[in-house]
Amino acid sequence: MSLPKASELPIGAVIPEPGSTRRNKTAGWRTLKPVIHDDRCVRCQLCWLYCPEGTIVEIKGVFKVNGRTYDTKYEINYDYCKGCGICANECPTKAIEMVPEAP
Amino acid sequence: MQKTKLVEALTGNYAAAYAVKASDVDVIAVYPITPQTTIVEKLSEFVANGELNAELIHVESEHSALSAVVGASAAGARVFTATSSQGLELAHEILHIASAMRLPIVMAVPTRALSAPISIHNDYGDVMNARDTGWIIYIAASAQEVYDTIIQAYRVAETANLPAMVAYDGFLMSHTVEPVELNDEEEVRKFLPRPLRPYTLNPKRPVTMGPLASPDWYYEFKYQQATALREAYKVVKEVDALYGEKFGRSYGVVETYRMEDADYAIVTYGGAAYGNAKAAADMARERGIAAGVVRIRLYRPFPSMDVLRALEGVKAFAVLDRAIMFGSPAEGPLYKDIATAMFMHGVDKPAVNIIHGIGQRTMYVEDMYKIYTMLKERPSKEVVFMGVRV
Amino acid sequence: MKVYYKTLRDLPREELFAPGHRMCAGCGAAIAMRWITKTIGPNAVIVNATGCVEVTTTPYPETAWMHPYIHVAFENSAAVASGVEAAIKTLKKKGRWDAGDSKVVVIAGDGGTYDIGLQSLSGMLERRHGVLYILYDNEAYMNTGIQRSGSTPKYAWTTTTPVGTALRGKVQWKKDIMGIVMAHRVPYAATASVAYILDMVNKIKTALDYTEEGPTFLHIFAPCVPGWRYPENKTVEIARLAVETGYFPLYEWDHGKLKLNPPSNNHLDKSKRKPLKEYLKLQGRFAHLTEQEIAEIEKELDAYWEYLGKLTQL
Repeated sequence: MSLPKASELPIGAVIPEPGSTRRNKTAGWRTLKPVIHDDRCVRCQLCWLYCPEGTIVEIKGVFKVNGRTYDTKYEINYDYCKGCGICANECPTKAIEMVPEAP
Repeated sequence: MQKTKLVEALTGNYAAAYAVKASDVDVIAVYPITPQTTIVEKLSEFVANGELNAELIHVESEHSALSAVVGASAAGARVFTATSSQGLELAHEILHIASAMRLPIVMAVPTRALSAPISIHNDYGDVMNARDTGWIIYIAASAQEVYDTIIQAYRVAETANLPAMVAYDGFLMSHTVEPVELNDEEEVRKFLPRPLRPYTLNPKRPVTMGPLASPDWYYEFKYQQATALREAYKVVKEVDALYGEKFGRSYGVVETYRMEDADYAIVTYGGAAYGNAKAAADMARERGIAAGVVRIRLYRPFPSMDVLRALEGVKAFAVLDRAIMFGSPAEGPLYKDIATAMFMHGVDKPAVNIIHGIGQRTMYVEDMYKIYTMLKERPSKEVVFMGVRV
Repeated sequence: MKVYYKTLRDLPREELFAPGHRMCAGCGAAIAMRWITKTIGPNAVIVNATGCVEVTTTPYPETAWMHPYIHVAFENSAAVASGVEAAIKTLKKKGRWDAGDSKVVVIAGDGGTYDIGLQSLSGMLERRHGVLYILYDNEAYMNTGIQRSGSTPKYAWTTTTPVGTALRGKVQWKKDIMGIVMAHRVPYAATASVAYILDMVNKIKTALDYTEEGPTFLHIFAPCVPGWRYPENKTVEIARLAVETGYFPLYEWDHGKLKLNPPSNNHLDKSKRKPLKEYLKLQGRFAHLTEQEIAEIEKELDAYWEYLGKLTQL
């Protein structure tokens, strides 16, 4: 890998690209993977609220689950999820299950 | 070109304050310390009277003074701070950061001896301990030069994207009155056009400043910084020449006195040492010694070739240092710089390191005269601590 | 506090803190950063003290920050912010600031606030700069490897307060940083917890608005997985227990009036607080505590509640 030369870098170590840690997918940190069982999800938003990485994605739409209609649905962005399991721990209906990552 | 001449009787510190006012500075952060305090007082007066439209932050320490101007400069403001001695020491950590972040801060330093024992009097222990922090360092020798150099320093700093320090003798210059010709402030503002800064803190153009650099990146930024300071030499010369054209005064990076045919020279810095060395050179010449003086005005980046050129014709010279670098091969900081320059360029001639004026010990013209006779008769191989009771 | 967000549905959706940063899995401070950035909105400059948040979010050439962001050193974030605020003020006056009503927000850890940064914080508060200073408190120097700070609670294990035969964790009590800040008579100061997001974001927004008057301060309780020695899925649970047991009360100081916020507003009555043990037992840093030591901590906590009760009477 060839890195830029001193003369090619912005002065003063300024990083001109906001939010650029997105290039660093942290999926590899996981040993356990959260899986949302949508049929048990009551849309309380707590997983979305507490995720330290902001990896719980709120999808807008019309979702019929067990005879109820919701306007949102929650999915996980596995690119960045570090597998901490706070979402599963906080979920009041146990709709999120932590399953081992495939070795 | 200036129409009418406005001359005021000003101390070195007031000259600094007038230069800051003329430069239309936006944010000033200062903490009182002798002998710098009268700059802050004068600036406070300018702000209180509405003569200077700036935010003046009365910080709770010099560390915070420099930190505040780092923040303000990063946000795009033109900034000023000033300190002396212990204050510069306390701010030392941020000196490195300010230059590494490439912020065009200007700071005045009326120099003062370092504790302990505590001394409010003058020597260059403070600035010399900050000499390798990546700042452009000027050492002025008159109140007029303090005024002119601060204005020049803004233009240089904002061109090179580096901070600049303007040092001068505490008390001996900071508190003594000299005639100072002041520029038309409109003309100064034209001379300082506020170039677009490469990066500032602005929510419209968000950037991250001051990140963490791993071994793969850190060295490149340090190399960038070293190169930028070297290259600032050219900027200093250009700005000095432009200033001369516009305001009729320029100084160069090294000033010489009666060096054209000199056999023996004293190399030094600051107003008191330079003034007395000039008087001693006159005295020596009356007594048959072809004596001259070289004054370093630009200390960082060090003008090696200018110094060596100035000393080309001499048989021997002395470097009069007003600071002690304890445990060094020679205790004088300027001596070490010149010795390094000589070694790198294959120059070999007798050169003596004189330490004097420590804690404002009086440097008599007679003392300086003795340096010339010593150079002529038998240049000392050892560092000479002059004026001390041993 | 003013209520800007009534329910979770009112909360800002846009994420302004990029993932891919290197904060630990389950990091309490990461939850705080996410909500601070979302709540303050894009028109703000962030000044960050040296600390774990700083090093994990700015590994050159990447940054997690989407705001203009500056880190200078450990002890001076309040001074740097003073300068940024003064610059914006004067540039605005001179017509050279094109970003409108930009706010200045400091983010600093407990080391950078309670200890090394206390002087510059005090200076900033005394000078009345319009800056929101946010302390994320994980109760030790986590970035350098879990050393005790002025914020570390008594008897807590850290690498510099090990549990030995002569000493059993930290010897001293935790410093009352809120008391110090309130003594500066700032317009607004509040405690908040990553377990009570709605309360926290309303406090962030209130504190941000009050910067028109002067400095404001938020003390956010942010559990640390490696430093407190607990499983990484327990961060929010522990933060919640800290509030429910009365260990970390939620309250706000609004123009000289102290008000306890739910659920802490019921906790002046000790019987409404969960037993402290429930909070302590989840954490490895307290695993060595004896019944007697727990009783001593509890006694100190009761005294603290008595003091808080008096403050609410002011």
